[in-house]
Amino acid sequence: MTDYESHEFDVIIIGAGGAGLRAAVEAQAMGLRTAVVCKSLLGKAHTVMAEGGIAAAMGNVYAEDNWKVHFRDTMRGGKLLNNWRMAQLHAQEAPDRVRELEGWGALFDRTPEGLILQRDFGGHRYARLAHVGDRTGLELIRTMQQKAVADGMEVFMELKVLRLLHDVDGTVSGLVGYWRPSGGFVVLKAKSVVLATGGVGKSWMYTSNSWESTGDGHAMALWAGADLIDMECIQFHPTGMVWPLSVRGILVTEGVRGDGGVLRNSEGTRFMFDYVPDMFRAETADSEDEADKWYDDHTAGRRPPELLPRDEVARSINSEVKAGRGSPHGGVFLDIATRRTAEDIRRRLPSMYHQFKELAGVDITAEAMEVGPTCHYIMGGVRVEADTTAATVPGLFAAGEVAGGMHGANRLGGNSLSDLLVFGRRAGIGAAEFAQGRVGDISLDEGQIQATIDAAVAPFEREGGENPYDIQHALQEAMQSLVGIIRTGAELEQALGKLEELEERAGNISLSGGTKYNPGWNLTTDLPAMLTISRCTTMGALNRKESRGGQTRDDFPTADPEMGKVNFVERIADPSNAPTGVCGTPSVRSITSQPEPVPVMPDELRALLEEAN
Amino acid sequence: MAEEIVRSNQSGEVTMRIWRGDEDGGEFAEYVMPGLEGEVVLDVIHRVQASEAPDLACRWNCKAGKCGSCSAEINGRPALMCMTRMDTLPPGETVTVAPMRAFPIIRDLVTDVSYNYEVAKRIPPLSPRDKTNDEVKAGGYRMAQIDVERSQEFRKCIECFLCQDVCHVVRDHEENKTAYAGPRFFIRSAELEMHPLDTNDRRQLLQEEQGLGKCNITKCCTEVCPEHIKITDNAIIPLKERVVDAKYDPVAWLGRKINKRTKRTAQEAAAEAPSEGPAAVLPPGGVHGIPQTHTDGSGTPEFAMAPPAPDDSPPEPVGDDAPA
Repeated sequence: MTDYESHEFDVIIIGAGGAGLRAAVEAQAMGLRTAVVCKSLLGKAHTVMAEGGIAAAMGNVYAEDNWKVHFRDTMRGGKLLNNWRMAQLHAQEAPDRVRELEGWGALFDRTPEGLILQRDFGGHRYARLAHVGDRTGLELIRTMQQKAVADGMEVFMELKVLRLLHDVDGTVSGLVGYWRPSGGFVVLKAKSVVLATGGVGKSWMYTSNSWESTGDGHAMALWAGADLIDMECIQFHPTGMVWPLSVRGILVTEGVRGDGGVLRNSEGTRFMFDYVPDMFRAETADSEDEADKWYDDHTAGRRPPELLPRDEVARSINSEVKAGRGSPHGGVFLDIATRRTAEDIRRRLPSMYHQFKELAGVDITAEAMEVGPTCHYIMGGVRVEADTTAATVPGLFAAGEVAGGMHGANRLGGNSLSDLLVFGRRAGIGAAEFAQGRVGDISLDEGQIQATIDAAVAPFEREGGENPYDIQHALQEAMQSLVGIIRTGAELEQALGKLEELEERAGNISLSGGTKYNPGWNLTTDLPAMLTISRCTTMGALNRKESRGGQTRDDFPTADPEMGKVNFVERIADPSNAPTGVCGTPSVRSITSQPEPVPVMPDELRALLEEAN
Repeated sequence: MAEEIVRSNQSGEVTMRIWRGDEDGGEFAEYVMPGLEGEVVLDVIHRVQASEAPDLACRWNCKAGKCGSCSAEINGRPALMCMTRMDTLPPGETVTVAPMRAFPIIRDLVTDVSYNYEVAKRIPPLSPRDKTNDEVKAGGYRMAQIDVERSQEFRKCIECFLCQDVCHVVRDHEENKTAYAGPRFFIRSAELEMHPLDTNDRRQLLQEEQGLGKCNITKCCTEVCPEHIKITDNAIIPLKERVVDAKYDPVAWLGRKINKRTKRTAQEAAAEAPSEGPAAVLPPGGVHGIPQTHTDGSGTPEFAMAPPAPDDSPPEPVGDDAPA
């Protein structure tokens, strides 16, 4: 019997990024006892890394903009795999969510009329991104953090959640985890739980994601019996840094292209003109001259091809490099130096300026950046009910990157921060209403709690076993090389075998140094989720025999209309009887992946997609 | 198609001297690693973790200078490990990495920074003015770019707490922490003071509870700020001027008598903070960073300011460029 401390709340939110904090603010405002749990210190969540802006059809720069156009752009960007109702709610509610941030202290850049300034981004017809230079995520998280503190929120910082707990009838009723600073175990009991745990990118070698993005929420939902969808749809952001290697993958904001930056190959050609897909041909410029006019006046020409959705740009860069027209370090050139004045660049892109200056020794006002695709975002996630964000097991809700459906097969830039706010708020309401309606005492399974704790500390009892960092590196290499931006059936099969082998090795980790702030142990307890979600992504990718958005199959290079009608759903049919994998979690071998129909869009919304191409 | 994994070129060896220990004491341990092209200090720490010392504790998140997690003292100078390139340090010399000295040690390079989160709770939040009829119609506040820029500078803060670490008022005077907000929170107050929408008057609070007067403007905070915020010149000095004006300036006094005041007083502002009582402006909830403050299991956490620094806290790091 290991001792643990316990606390009880009405609503517990796991994750303190934009979605988690927005959910918490809403649940607390409804009068519920609310707590937020996060793996890092408050204010350090991955939202802080978002750069370009928050997409919302406020119409401050182009009065023609409205939610219908935003909805259309989002669905087309997602290659129509999106949950249409989520895309609709998102487009309709984003403007109010942005405006309310101002009352909480956010200070966006302004138009000459004093309203919130909006910038251009890929896939958005109009300048739509509310922003603060290129540090919009910091503004969002600091605003939400300060609002949460002002509201007297309970925040459990540096607490790693191991798994969700459920009541006798299967309703999610809390969690078990540990304090990273002391290693002490904690059980939190709750009437409902919101997952707001972000993404999964740390399972790839070159990623813009931090150590926290290990898919904890995705995996815990699956282990609790919930459905995941679209896990094969991974966004490789077209522009990550490529040199020096130590910074490979760090994000270069799409704002560089929104503000006039262009992509060139080693021959100096703006190659994106050669990669315009049919779906976007009518709205994309066919000459440099036409594209350049568009920046100042969107009615004077059509959009530059550099501002196609991210999946298109990332694949094009990949093709240029493969064709031998890449930059010296395996990327392409992103040039803003010859396009805008040095003063303009420093004012609009200050953190890009510093990032390149300090980490790569490159002055972006004088020379081109070298950039290439980096694993950035997972479109797939917990299958939720659009209006309430309820997952498919009772008592569980999900918002932000951990939720699936909103972005379909490919997310547009700027739609993530707005997603956090719109569905964070809805998750807060959904979870609060569920908690209000829940009757009866909650009883937790003591055996499950002890088994989880025992499995977590088991590596300290073992000697001569594996080093967790070796397993993490092997996983990252396997996912990068076998389940990367371009995939084939044979390599995906190979990846499945590799994952089973890694699961076995991860079950044989040995550790020393105690549980107090021990990164080796922390990583060991992140590995089960990393292996689980990597398996889901690989299975989905194997099943989706087509290329669509964040899933590109070299052996099935085009989109298949029939495949566009289904989501692949990963689940563990009976988690309590599944074979045991790492740290007492269900084995990756027990995951299944099946096609199920995409929700059918009403005709009046479908009509919007065809309008004004 | 299988992607090739690229590997860095090796260039010599690097010797790292890293402080290992906890609140009961510790010492520097030496690690010799292959040097790799283009690396930052945090990369080398990660390679030490992955090979020789999987339990070496350090905080980090973004590894791009945006989250402010990996603060430490490198060759005696407070800095972000992720933004300090190895090739900017003296070649061939041992690199010393110690935890921030102003905060109690948890383990190795990780310190208990809860002091900062406690101070944050005592700052009354933004109290925005009402929207005008025009703004209601336009759907949002109107503010001029030039007016938001002053506060935007302070909102660049990534909360790395290096300015708090280097500030003399608390670095060697644990006792001051109870009545001193520190540079990070002076810029937070400055941001709100200069915020175009805010209606609170924070001057009395700054003087009486946040210890603004204790700052003797040595500018060490400005020097270590990785965001290059002009903490002293643009925030602290203007705040000091405002506080002095409020107290002694007869013209300002007369102005307040004649003109209708638009900013509220400290008492009114303090009432805006989520407070139980008038003096201690702590919210009912809390930020539980440190489990020790939250081990009673009652669900009603108690808050303690950071405990005194342990006797065996890391020795004053060597290096002649330590900010003085």
